Amino acid sequence: MTNQTSSTHGPSSEAPLIVEMRGIVKKFPGVLANDHVNFELKRGEIHGLLGENGAGKSTLMNVLAGLYRQEAGTILVNGEPKVFSSPRDAINAGIGMVHQHFMLVPSQTVTENILLGLDDPRFFLRLPDYDTKIAELGERFGLKVDPRAKVWQLSVGEQQRVEILKMLYRGVNVLIMDEPTAVLAPQEIEGLFVTLRAMIAQGKSVIFISHKLQEVSVIADRVSVLRRGVATASGIASKGVSRQELARLMVGRDVIFSLDKKPSQPGEVVLDVRDIYAENDKGLPALRGISLNVRAGEIVGVAGVAGNGQSELSQVISGMRECKQGHVTLAGDTVSNRTTLFGIQHGMAYVPEDRTHVGSAPNLSITDNVIMKKYRTAPILKRGLLDMKAATSLANELKQAYDIIVPNVSTPVRLLSGGNLQRVILAREISGLPAFMVAVQPTRGLDVGAIEGVHRLLLAQREAGAAVLLVSEELEELLSLSDRVYVIYEGRIMGEVKVGGGEPDESLIDTIGQMMTGTPLEQIQKEGVAAHD
Amino acid sequence: MDFTIILQAGIASGTVLLFATIGELFSERAGVLNLGVEGMMLIGAMSAFSTTIATGNPWLGVLVAMFFAGLISQIHAFIVITLQADQVVSGLSLTFLGAGISLVLGEGLSKAGTVSLLPSFSIPLLTLIPIIGKIFFTNQSVLVYVGYLLVPLAWYYINHTRPGLHLRAVGEYPSAADALGINVFRMRYFYVFIGGMLAGLAGATISLAVSPGWFSELTTGGQGWIAIGLVIFAQWDPIRAAFGAYAFGALRRLILDIQGPLVLFGFNNPFYYNPYLGFFLQMLPYLFTVIVLVIGSREAMRKRIGAPAALGNPYIRGERGK
Repeated sequence: MTNQTSSTHGPSSEAPLIVEMRGIVKKFPGVLANDHVNFELKRGEIHGLLGENGAGKSTLMNVLAGLYRQEAGTILVNGEPKVFSSPRDAINAGIGMVHQHFMLVPSQTVTENILLGLDDPRFFLRLPDYDTKIAELGERFGLKVDPRAKVWQLSVGEQQRVEILKMLYRGVNVLIMDEPTAVLAPQEIEGLFVTLRAMIAQGKSVIFISHKLQEVSVIADRVSVLRRGVATASGIASKGVSRQELARLMVGRDVIFSLDKKPSQPGEVVLDVRDIYAENDKGLPALRGISLNVRAGEIVGVAGVAGNGQSELSQVISGMRECKQGHVTLAGDTVSNRTTLFGIQHGMAYVPEDRTHVGSAPNLSITDNVIMKKYRTAPILKRGLLDMKAATSLANELKQAYDIIVPNVSTPVRLLSGGNLQRVILAREISGLPAFMVAVQPTRGLDVGAIEGVHRLLLAQREAGAAVLLVSEELEELLSLSDRVYVIYEGRIMGEVKVGGGEPDESLIDTIGQMMTGTPLEQIQKEGVAAHD
Repeated sequence: MDFTIILQAGIASGTVLLFATIGELFSERAGVLNLGVEGMMLIGAMSAFSTTIATGNPWLGVLVAMFFAGLISQIHAFIVITLQADQVVSGLSLTFLGAGISLVLGEGLSKAGTVSLLPSFSIPLLTLIPIIGKIFFTNQSVLVYVGYLLVPLAWYYINHTRPGLHLRAVGEYPSAADALGINVFRMRYFYVFIGGMLAGLAGATISLAVSPGWFSELTTGGQGWIAIGLVIFAQWDPIRAAFGAYAFGALRRLILDIQGPLVLFGFNNPFYYNPYLGFFLQMLPYLFTVIVLVIGSREAMRKRIGAPAALGNPYIRGERGK
């Protein structure tokens, strides 16, 4: 992501502790999310908190931010024990958290969002006064954002800056950032790091939650690692520890950083998207002339910062959104603006972004969910009725084949973990032997083991000769799985790059990053040539 | 036909819609849809009239109307905010409850005779403005003038004050408001109460000013439903709501008055000779309401016209994200 070394002006080892968490225990029904965890934060440091999804990082920090109440353990701020019963208490003690899901009111301006819940202004808003105040604060920490802009007009990166400003405006000294880079393009990540360093230079402290090793070793002064609710490392200096060691602390075993991927042998064009236009839910243009194609036996990635038309693109392809102009063909048949059934009957498989509401029917059983595309034909359909025996045995077969871990297939899918639910959806989609599959964020929120499983299934599809369109915000995932990657920005394709096997080189990542922030490929290449001359 | 007189009466009649619409607008801006406006207006009209008969003081009637309509709105608030039940179902029940209570308690009120009404007066100087002065500022009820004041105040309150900012946040993104220490539940109760009080005021405006008396459920005649339609039509903006309310008030008067004369613009008045045409005209505001409600209930359309994002959804604490 970046070549910079970790900050050199880290806190001295005798810097005072600003936060101490001792023996924190937090339980959720059926899960011990934090098991006697100790955590220490020094004044003026960036402290990386590493762990897989579900390791308890966010839980621990939600306790510190006053969102959850711990079952046992104490929190000391500047040496004094504190009890937080709401985020407001934590903020009053100088601790604020920027969540992964931003808590911003889209229809209000930046300033209005920042002033929300404060006692000043008392009654009349007099926004212009506060606009300048907030602009000045932003200036101080390198957080450029127009205070008068409405939040819905802002990019995700800008919204994140508003969230940080919200906390700084409230005078917090400890800022907790929950997976802040997940939604950012590489260049924006650089900007965030600059801001975080500016903050510690001014005496603030930062807790940086992440599951990405590389980032943590770049930005953090010290690192703590959680695994399954237990701290496996507490405040070790990030300079003295290798990536492999950190990975072992996170996962508990050695992680292989590459996938077994055979060279691609692309066949005929299966999916052909020609110059399509579509609107988003608000009736604003979301796709403005997208063309792309996917061949049999290849995985094609769509990279981009969230909200640049990826969702709409996948919906138009799967037939769930009206295509205003242009068309989508699947093996020669036009599928855009047809029913979804038409697409399904012509070999379309769809793994949607929203697993729980679009991808599955939460209250129905695994059996019901896996037969949703098959109930119209034998063996599930028998003399015009559903053959539940056949359905159950199919579900059991899929449960075995796809490693779905549940006691039995009559379990409603809402009770499944994210990884298991995704396997149910993939089982349904793949078992229909699709010619083409569009998968949107198929690994979001899954733990490392589950991600590996999903990746293997996608690669197996590719080897079986299916065409796969993979929409993801995880660049690493796209680069390790795809044969080609399109980059989408504000509803347009900025360019297409080929991805070779092995470790992707820095210049490719840089090119993709530039495209993700709106520079078309031709322009990058032109500038590149100019630079060489 | 003198159109300025019709419009003058239309403004008075529009004031009823105005109060009810602004009230519902506050409630919806906080995220609570209250379909019980009609029922709360009936409660207001009945209790205002009844109190005034008993005490001879119409001002007391207005206060009692607002209090009781506000009180009954809290049933809806409890059901949808605390018990998190469906807002449509609860609101509909409130309409029936309000109608039922007011019909029972209002039994006999229609024969009770006349009461002292709220004062009407003209505003000096402003009446001198041609046409406008006659329509808006001549011999109007005091409540009409209250309505003129309410619109800019409501607009300013929502857009330019701290409580207004909190109100908008609670209706758009309650979990964000909650995370910053705003009490979502208390705010919603409060604005449902405001909505109830204004619906009560609308009822009192009918029975003590615009068409004095108690005529059971015909007193309101479905104006509560028109108000709900107007909120959507106004895209949750008080200024637009005022335009809508006065336009509909004027239309109501026009429809009534157009059936009177024998000759209209030198022709035999078709609305006089054919009563069915009159019925058709009378139906139009309700047809409009039905169309607006159908359009406004489509999810995609609601996003497009800027409905409060959390409208209709109970707020459950601890649900992250949306």
